[in-house]
Amino acid sequence: MLTFALRRLLALALTLAVASAVVFVVMEVLPGDPAQVMLGTEARPDTLAALREKLGLNQPAPERYLAWVTGLVRGDLGMSYTYATPVTELVRDRLAVSLPLALMALALTTAIAIPLGAWAAARRNSVVDLGIMGATQVGVAVPNFWFAMLLALLFAITLRWLPAGGFPGWSGGLWSGVRALILPAVALALPQASILARVMRSSLLDTLSDDYVRTARAKGLTEGQALRRHALRNALIPVLTIMGLQFSFLLAGTVIIENVFYLPGLGRLVFQAINQRDLAVVKSVVMLLVASVIIVNFIVDLTYAAVDPRLRRRA
Amino acid sequence: MSAGSEPLSISPGDCWASRAFRHPSFLAGAAITIMIAFMAALSLVWTPWDPTAIDIPSKLQGASPQHWLGTDQFGRDVLSMIMRGAVASMAVSILAVGLGAGLGVPLGLLAAQTRGFADHAIMRASDFVFAFPALLVAIMLREVFGPGWINAAVAIGVFNVPVFARVAYGAALPLWTRDFVLAARVAGKGPSRITLEHILPNMVSLVIVQATIQLSLGVLAEAALSYVGLGIQPPAPSWGRMLNEAQTFMALAPRLALLPGFAIIFTVLGLNLLGDGLRDVLDPRLARER
Amino acid sequence: MACGMFSTLAWLGSDDVALLDVEGLSLAINNIPLLDRVCLSVEPGQVLGLVGESGSGKSLTALSIMRLTPRGARAQGRILFGGRDLAALPERQMCAIRGREIGMIFQEPMTALNPLQTIGRQVAEGFRLHLGLSQREALNRAAGVLARVGLPPESIPLSRYPHELSGGQRQRVVVAMAVALEPKLIIADEPTTALDVTTQAQILRLLRRLVAETGAGLVLITHDLAVVNAMADHVAVMRGGQVLEQGRAAEFRTGARHPYARALLDSSRYAPPRRAPDLKAVTLLEVEGLVREYALPRRNPFRPAPRRRAVDGVSFAIRRGECLGLVGESGCGKSTTARAILALEPLQGGTIRFDGRGAANLSGAELLAFRRRVQMVFQDPYGSFDPRHKAGRIIAEPLRLLPDLTQPEARRRVAAALEEVGLAASDASKYPHEFSGGQRQRLAIARALITRPDLIVLDEPVSALDVSIRAQVLALLADLQARLGLSYLFISHDLGVVRAITDRVLVMRDGQIVEGGETAQVLQAPQHPYTRELVTAALRLDRAVSPQPDLAS
Repeated sequence: MLTFALRRLLALALTLAVASAVVFVVMEVLPGDPAQVMLGTEARPDTLAALREKLGLNQPAPERYLAWVTGLVRGDLGMSYTYATPVTELVRDRLAVSLPLALMALALTTAIAIPLGAWAAARRNSVVDLGIMGATQVGVAVPNFWFAMLLALLFAITLRWLPAGGFPGWSGGLWSGVRALILPAVALALPQASILARVMRSSLLDTLSDDYVRTARAKGLTEGQALRRHALRNALIPVLTIMGLQFSFLLAGTVIIENVFYLPGLGRLVFQAINQRDLAVVKSVVMLLVASVIIVNFIVDLTYAAVDPRLRRRA
Repeated sequence: MSAGSEPLSISPGDCWASRAFRHPSFLAGAAITIMIAFMAALSLVWTPWDPTAIDIPSKLQGASPQHWLGTDQFGRDVLSMIMRGAVASMAVSILAVGLGAGLGVPLGLLAAQTRGFADHAIMRASDFVFAFPALLVAIMLREVFGPGWINAAVAIGVFNVPVFARVAYGAALPLWTRDFVLAARVAGKGPSRITLEHILPNMVSLVIVQATIQLSLGVLAEAALSYVGLGIQPPAPSWGRMLNEAQTFMALAPRLALLPGFAIIFTVLGLNLLGDGLRDVLDPRLARER
Repeated sequence: MACGMFSTLAWLGSDDVALLDVEGLSLAINNIPLLDRVCLSVEPGQVLGLVGESGSGKSLTALSIMRLTPRGARAQGRILFGGRDLAALPERQMCAIRGREIGMIFQEPMTALNPLQTIGRQVAEGFRLHLGLSQREALNRAAGVLARVGLPPESIPLSRYPHELSGGQRQRVVVAMAVALEPKLIIADEPTTALDVTTQAQILRLLRRLVAETGAGLVLITHDLAVVNAMADHVAVMRGGQVLEQGRAAEFRTGARHPYARALLDSSRYAPPRRAPDLKAVTLLEVEGLVREYALPRRNPFRPAPRRRAVDGVSFAIRRGECLGLVGESGCGKSTTARAILALEPLQGGTIRFDGRGAANLSGAELLAFRRRVQMVFQDPYGSFDPRHKAGRIIAEPLRLLPDLTQPEARRRVAAALEEVGLAASDASKYPHEFSGGQRQRLAIARALITRPDLIVLDEPVSALDVSIRAQVLALLADLQARLGLSYLFISHDLGVVRAITDRVLVMRDGQIVEGGETAQVLQAPQHPYTRELVTAALRLDRAVSPQPDLAS
């Protein structure tokens, strides 16, 4: 188990290093001079030059890369060109919106998909199964931002139960913050939950036809008992894989959904920063997003080992 | 005989067309897909109105004999816009799938054929690509090359490459362990010839199924990109931008937001049904219990 | 009732009351009839051998008794067990019987266990379920049962997972689960088919001992008549969903009444007529010190990957016109040896001489010339055909090794090869799935013959076939050898087949050859202890499974 974790950790570090290099190179290719952006088009050349010097833009690329990466490792994400504040602070504020949103969406996805998929598999070919499969078939096809608009129209504009957009912050109490995130989270979760429920169903159907389920039935377990005690945990292994992959989609979805609901999250930060050529912010936030996907998949890998003893090699 | 010895894919003897005509989701999916494709093709030569013609006096009208689906805030005909919007949707997703399959399938086959280092390199690289949110790639492409539908297709296509590489690799690897590959080697065939003559034909149905699924994902991604202004550029209509523009008028004219949404759902649903159906029709062994 | 005659006739003179009485059991799945008025009877403490070839319905009969038939199955008839009709019992009561009163053992030990649960928990589950014991009590009882089946917790702790055990050990766990609650009836569905012969003997001995100890009845389902001969008190023969014949095992051995049962017995003992080998024939293939090493997955990223020698210094020679057997249990390296000879695997050491010329690590034109003269037949004929190619194209595949061949000549050769193996020239336009199992192996042989090779490597060519078809294929191989003067390297795990067709035999274990010589002599008087064990387990199974003296008392 330790060897397994160590090997994975090594691979993780390597992947992160390569990812940072890719992000850095891409940013180098992007057009636009940060100094120009900060000072506007009317800035005098000598002021520009002074600013470039101050921002370290005149140093060769490898040195800037090293400085950036060592900063990342220490938790220093650099200075924003437009906001003139440390990127770390900006990110911290925005994460207070994006992280709870992503977690709520993930929790909702799992809470809906796993029972629904399991129910459909247990009652395969019944009306329940047909209903769930039909609903998820449509759910997969729904664009999340469109669903978000409909939710806003119904629950915010028509019924006025929930806010249509914006974020009051967490200072006004937990509920006011959560209230603002409910609709975005639901919009994010629906298509993902539909996919996951279908994966869950087919995975459970596969395991239900496995030999050990029959062995369990021969021991005297009822169909339900055999499903719960033997098939379910085995069926979760492929579901975990998909959940790991979905995290990436969830992040991409967050960027759009934050735009629909005017939420000051990481996604909107990145969007605005790109428009304003604030490459310091873009670089670090993109790196953060990429790193979070990589780390989540690392955790998924470790979870595999926790679930599946076959992956826990005795060292 | 063990399950592994079942034919991996199409049994060439029995007619898959006859299976297709008895398969409800294949039929429904095929019908919808053909309809959308026809609509897109038709819109290139004929639409009820010019989808880009602005007519402010007749803005935000409801359905009428002149405008079957009404007009938008600039008085443009919604039906014509939806028809033409299908073109953007199809063009982007087809180009993206072509790019993904064109690069991904050979890479996956190569990885399965060579194993060893190339195998690791190709598969690690595709894991790696998955870590980059597609939207960010699209945004960056716009920054470098300017906005446009080709960039959107390239951004989506980049993510299709690892998908197809994995499908091809995953399908080819078990084929390489089959005895008919050994038999081909005994008959003096080299690895590249075996890939072309035995591996590729036996996995092509899986690639077709995956292509259908990626097409549907491409439609969704194109909608999202054009919603945030990264897709096909105005004045050419696209479903995603129609939704973006409709957002302001949500309370006033919800129809404007509903209709393009339905168009997207309908298209994606059709492609997904087609993919599910194709999976069963082309490859009965993969058919899931239903 | 259709079966009244059978059971009264067969059990006449027996005072025992039947433990299980299956009366007129018919079964259809999705309206396809699969069982037709099956009648069986099992007495306490007795073993009923249920024999038949694949598809005869023996496994379905077992699943019907357990009421674990696949979805869409509809059964008719009565299954009397302990005074109740299982066929009519509500599912709840059936659950209380499964595992408690009837235990079942399955064929495939690799998949019959839940990979995510420890073996202790899986065996303990029955105690918790039926006796309502706590986890700790149940685990204690499980430890006892596992010890009884030969897995004492001191050496195999309860906390082991299935993947940490060997195939034989896993099958012991499956047996432990089936016998945990001392059921009155045990149903074993091909319990040893997936195991090596020596392990098979151990598991059969264990089953026999458990039956003797607990007085349970055992239904032993198998396709292997040797297993039935060694184990069964009564035998029932099935074909096409029907029981053709049942009676005492002793009577069945000497004089089976039904023609099919007799044919089955004859096929299982079949040895094709063969000419005595020409001892002065020249050596065709000579292999010296063959080594094939694999790198295993790395356990420690900072150390070089461990290596395993699958073939470890193997040497032998084949004379022209000779059939050399290579026997051993799965994983002993016999298939790897074959593939290495054909240059399908790289070699790490050793020399190969073919017809006087070096043939190790060939490449390019030399390799093609070599393969023209050495061809191969695989175990699973279906798997060795590309399902998308027609028979003609499949057979013609090796003709690329003869570059000067014209098209008409190629077609003529395909037709000739088909006819040579007893198929029709018109079969060339059929797809592999349109042939039966035996025809497919003929097709595979035709493909190997088409380049007119001197040597054919046969890798378990009859293992996937039913006994009756196996006999036909062996006859064909012997006939072709005599007519065409072929040499065979015949790889098999089945000593019975080896005895029937080979002149000399080599016994392989852990990558090395432990013994070799004239087939009759090696099998009569094996010298190496491993060969002795193998021969006893395979050819004298009745002796191998007889209870040991200390247990018999």
